[in-house]
Amino acid sequence: MKLSPEHLVIAPILIPLIAGALQLFLDDRGRKLKASLSILSTVALLAVSVLLLRLTHTDNEATGGRIAVYLLGNWPPPFAINLVLDRLSAMMLVLTATLALSALIFSLGRWHKAGVHFHTLFLLLLMGLNGAFLTGDLFNLFVFFEVMLAASYGLVLHGSGLLRIKAGLHYIAINLVASLLFLVGVALIYGVTGTLNMADLAIRISQISEANHMMLESGAAILSVAFLIKAGMWPLSFWLPATYAAAPAPSAAIFAIMSKVGIYVLLRLALLFFGNDPDFPDSPGAQILLYGGLATIGFGTVGVLASQTLGRFAGFSVLISSGTLLTSIGLVQTEVTAGALFYLVSSTLAISALFMLIELVERGQNMAASVLAVTMEAFGYQDEEMEDEEIVGVAIPRTIAVLGTCFAACAILLIGLPPLSGFVAKFVILSALFSPDITSQMDIIPATSWWFMALLILSGLATLIAMSRSGIHTFWVLPVDTMLPRVLFIEILPIAALLCATLVLTIQAGPVMRFMEATATSLHTPQPYIEGVMNAPRAAPPQSIEVAE
Amino acid sequence: MELILSLGIGILVGSGVWLLLRPRTYQIIIGLGLLSYAVNLFIFSVGRLVMDRPPVTQAGVRVDPAAFADPVPQALILTAIVIGFATTALFLVILLAARGLTGTDHVDGEEPDR
Repeated sequence: MKLSPEHLVIAPILIPLIAGALQLFLDDRGRKLKASLSILSTVALLAVSVLLLRLTHTDNEATGGRIAVYLLGNWPPPFAINLVLDRLSAMMLVLTATLALSALIFSLGRWHKAGVHFHTLFLLLLMGLNGAFLTGDLFNLFVFFEVMLAASYGLVLHGSGLLRIKAGLHYIAINLVASLLFLVGVALIYGVTGTLNMADLAIRISQISEANHMMLESGAAILSVAFLIKAGMWPLSFWLPATYAAAPAPSAAIFAIMSKVGIYVLLRLALLFFGNDPDFPDSPGAQILLYGGLATIGFGTVGVLASQTLGRFAGFSVLISSGTLLTSIGLVQTEVTAGALFYLVSSTLAISALFMLIELVERGQNMAASVLAVTMEAFGYQDEEMEDEEIVGVAIPRTIAVLGTCFAACAILLIGLPPLSGFVAKFVILSALFSPDITSQMDIIPATSWWFMALLILSGLATLIAMSRSGIHTFWVLPVDTMLPRVLFIEILPIAALLCATLVLTIQAGPVMRFMEATATSLHTPQPYIEGVMNAPRAAPPQSIEVAE
Repeated sequence: MELILSLGIGILVGSGVWLLLRPRTYQIIIGLGLLSYAVNLFIFSVGRLVMDRPPVTQAGVRVDPAAFADPVPQALILTAIVIGFATTALFLVILLAARGLTGTDHVDGEEPDR
């Protein structure tokens, strides 16, 4: 049997599942073997994802990219389970694999020894993530969501400790409720349309009778609440900073993409189901995304300024990132979506790197001291001893220099300063917002655009203040009794690699942006996606088996 | 039948939400359990309430779909029950760990000041 490239579509789910299951047979004495198995499968995952990306993008670029559909069980399309790969899914797969590889390498330093079954949980989380990006029907989305969440519950608690248990309890309770809402939403949509396949739903939603509209819309709204909890829209986001700050560093690094799963689903489903409706930008759904996103940026900005520890700071930057993306989705404009996709990749890489970096930086520090430092500053209390001492010039240790450079790069990315990709991302969003193509359709520039711009820039400013404040405390004001953090090379390597990835993103901004524009265009014109799924060819039955009739 | 089912779902959701908002972990897990029963019944109800009709059609025979029950919601419930059961069991473990580590069954891990 010849394997066609179509079969690769299921590989991102199978690789981590098989590798994760195999790990259960090894006990912790075989940790080296476990680690190499995980690394191998993640490298394979990255390779497969890049291949899939090339498959969707380079083939006939003009016609909106290739939609690869994998029919499990070989049923004709609207029935049974299928996987759908388009540009957006392929992009998310590559992003997941990149983050996974760096988080995994980081964990080999010390974290994977902190508890049992780290590698299994990590790989199953990847399986859930990849499945959620690939699946073509709503119920499998639920199943993959649960796989992802179940693994994430274990990863939040990895390493144990009081703080993690407390944050984990809230996290799990909230996500269990969100899953129930997910099910209610799916059930309502099924009750109205009689199908769960996303492409089929997109067709049927335009055909349902006026009487059923209310039920459909309430279904879609309840479903969205489940994703908005995941994405962390204000006021559904209070659990997020605490949980992400409590999670061990490699878990938090991969959680950076988990909140983007909510964003991904909203983007995909909103545009697939309602994208053809010309009234959608003015509908309550889009408005909630728009204003909710703005509120989330505002909340994140306040939170960033108020955080006393770096972990919570990073949690609130996740919220700023989510808010920016939600607002961009709520605007429903192709150019803004393209910019948002670029921002998604850039900010996820930066936040993931930041979570790992924070753990390294805080390793040498006394936790209470750093909290105290911020509080003292807030009350205008200066460290008087420092002024009396004659400082001749302290040599900055090499570890601190490397960590400081990475910290500065993360700051530049999150603030959105040139030269790194954070700047490009924010610039693209803002320039799309005020581009003549869009503004010429309306008489005036809408107030929401101004609000969005103001909040986007203000959130950058707040990040700048917060990061310079903690950066100065961490790297320049070294108290005498601070122990230097012991940092292994393999722990700093993934952080540097992620930051280099953003550098590549900046240098290759042209081609990347063209890809994002093509992705955004195919999201806003879902017809090729729908036709691609509904007309997916079935595989021919094997020659040797006679078809019984 | 519709009335009984909707009343049942309503009572389960009401009790579940009330328990979920209580401060003790045990109440939360019972609340989550009740809510998931309610959701399962709700999924069942979207497949239309019918009695004495088989969910499986015969192959190759053209049939009237109205004479059959919708099998999809039943399959969905089955999956939802399994997943709900697994996550509840996991939550129970965390709950016990939190009780052991904090010495209290309050959801915040500490008794509020009275």
